Amino acid sequence: MSILIQKPGMLTTVQDLGRNGYRRFGINPNGVMDVAAACLINILLGNDDNEAVLEMHFPAPEIVFAADVVAAIGGGDFSPILDDHAVTNWRPFLAKKDSVLKFGRNAVGNRAYLAVSGGFKCDEWLGSSSTNLAAHLGGFYGRKLEKSDRIEANKTTKKKTFASGGQVSQSLIPFYSHFPTVRVIAGGEFENLTANGRELLLNQDFTISSNSNRMGFRLAGKPLNLSRPVELISSAVSFGTIQMLPDGQLIVLMADHQTSGGYPRIAHVITRDLPLLAQLGANDKVAFHLVEIAEAENLALEFEHDLNFLRAGCKFQANR
Amino acid sequence: MSDDSIRFFPLGDVALTVEFATHISEAINSKAISLAEYFERNPFPGFVEAVPAYSSTTLFYDLVAVRKNFPQFPTAFAAVKSLAAAAINGISKIESSGSRTVEIPLDCSDGAALDLEFIAENSGLSPGKVIDIFTSVTYRVYMLGFLPGFSYMADVDDRIATPRRDSPRLLVPKGSVGIAGKQTGIYSLESPGGWQIIGRTDIEMFTPFGAELTFLRPGDRVRFVTVK
Repeated sequence: MSILIQKPGMLTTVQDLGRNGYRRFGINPNGVMDVAAACLINILLGNDDNEAVLEMHFPAPEIVFAADVVAAIGGGDFSPILDDHAVTNWRPFLAKKDSVLKFGRNAVGNRAYLAVSGGFKCDEWLGSSSTNLAAHLGGFYGRKLEKSDRIEANKTTKKKTFASGGQVSQSLIPFYSHFPTVRVIAGGEFENLTANGRELLLNQDFTISSNSNRMGFRLAGKPLNLSRPVELISSAVSFGTIQMLPDGQLIVLMADHQTSGGYPRIAHVITRDLPLLAQLGANDKVAFHLVEIAEAENLALEFEHDLNFLRAGCKFQANR
Repeated sequence: MSDDSIRFFPLGDVALTVEFATHISEAINSKAISLAEYFERNPFPGFVEAVPAYSSTTLFYDLVAVRKNFPQFPTAFAAVKSLAAAAINGISKIESSGSRTVEIPLDCSDGAALDLEFIAENSGLSPGKVIDIFTSVTYRVYMLGFLPGFSYMADVDDRIATPRRDSPRLLVPKGSVGIAGKQTGIYSLESPGGWQIIGRTDIEMFTPFGAELTFLRPGDRVRFVTVK
């Protein structure tokens, strides 16, 4: 079983939940931007959360299935169409041999994900299938997908009919919008902001600049200021770290961020809300709401708890 | 070792940074490296990885696993902070894997030393003198970051310390050795970058499928030797 990229789309890469464990060598994790979406569709298919998926940007690719396979799409709603039938996000579907998957328009979100039951066969590097575009490693030959690429899948379905039982409950689907409020915790240099700087961080709407990508989102807004200059020495940074540039503007580090940075870390987007941010595109807006670390952790635990229910339900379906 | 000036802060909800100091020193950097090595050898349940930097160590963890394994703490952050503080107290007993001294061949010909003329002009010295000063120092690798295998080294002699380029190059050739203020570093891959390029080496700094992923490790000492 394989899938054929008939049209490549703007930026389609193979990703999993990231290549952890090698940051100290300067090797960053990469991985999907929207972790919740990748986990949810993998769970729906009975896959491991970490199974490789295709991350698609809009304009999205056209994909031909070379054999029958059960698949699922989630993340941004790109209005998927399989041959002539609309496909619903967050619900497994049977893609028949030679069927063609296309996407109509990006109604909500900027990254959609495609998973297949059993997963894709990819280039693993250091235990991960995520694509490292800078080092040209992992995923599909370390690069974005091009026309005529053929990605092997591990499994072909033998089912001739398929009743889509599994479905993600509404409460588990991230509440994507073009103007989310995302929760943040204070960063190491939050205290160095002036009172006005904190006010500006938490009480203005930021616009995602067009020069935003998988490495980072640049935010346009009124510049923040520090009570005194902070000369920082390079240290580790993370997915979701909000750095303040010398001109007072902000950048949020995303999945392909470098391992270290030297700008003030004024805040960090919490794990639970990163998917909402990760789905934004140029000219979308975002606002920040400050929470304590305990709340951030509890929200992550709550989501994990809900995922466990879904896992149990999907396993039950699969074993029936 | 115990020190009130050590700061612990969350780097998001999945990591904790131990900041030993806000300046650069070999002794502080050794502590950061030792602490990271300690946790790589003695991982706690939920530990993901430790990342040493100039004067800090960041511990990444799986917050769900830490919460499950350390229910006596109100947060995963508090649990990891407690583990880190205990490890730091015992840091004198932590053995570092020791430092090596490595020689790196450096080609300073025109095609490789892209900014040698600028560095010379900026420091009021001849290009030859700049190279003499640069190669007379043994540098310490403080950390790896930016690119896979990119090494941050210091101290570049004040006489030739040169600020970054006003506009970064879109592509710095792989193997280029750059100067940024008192730091020097080796571009392990072709990459955009703003450091002033003083030469190039043909040693592979990053071997993705090698037994050692990177040629240099934090704590190493490096001497550059010019080649024709």
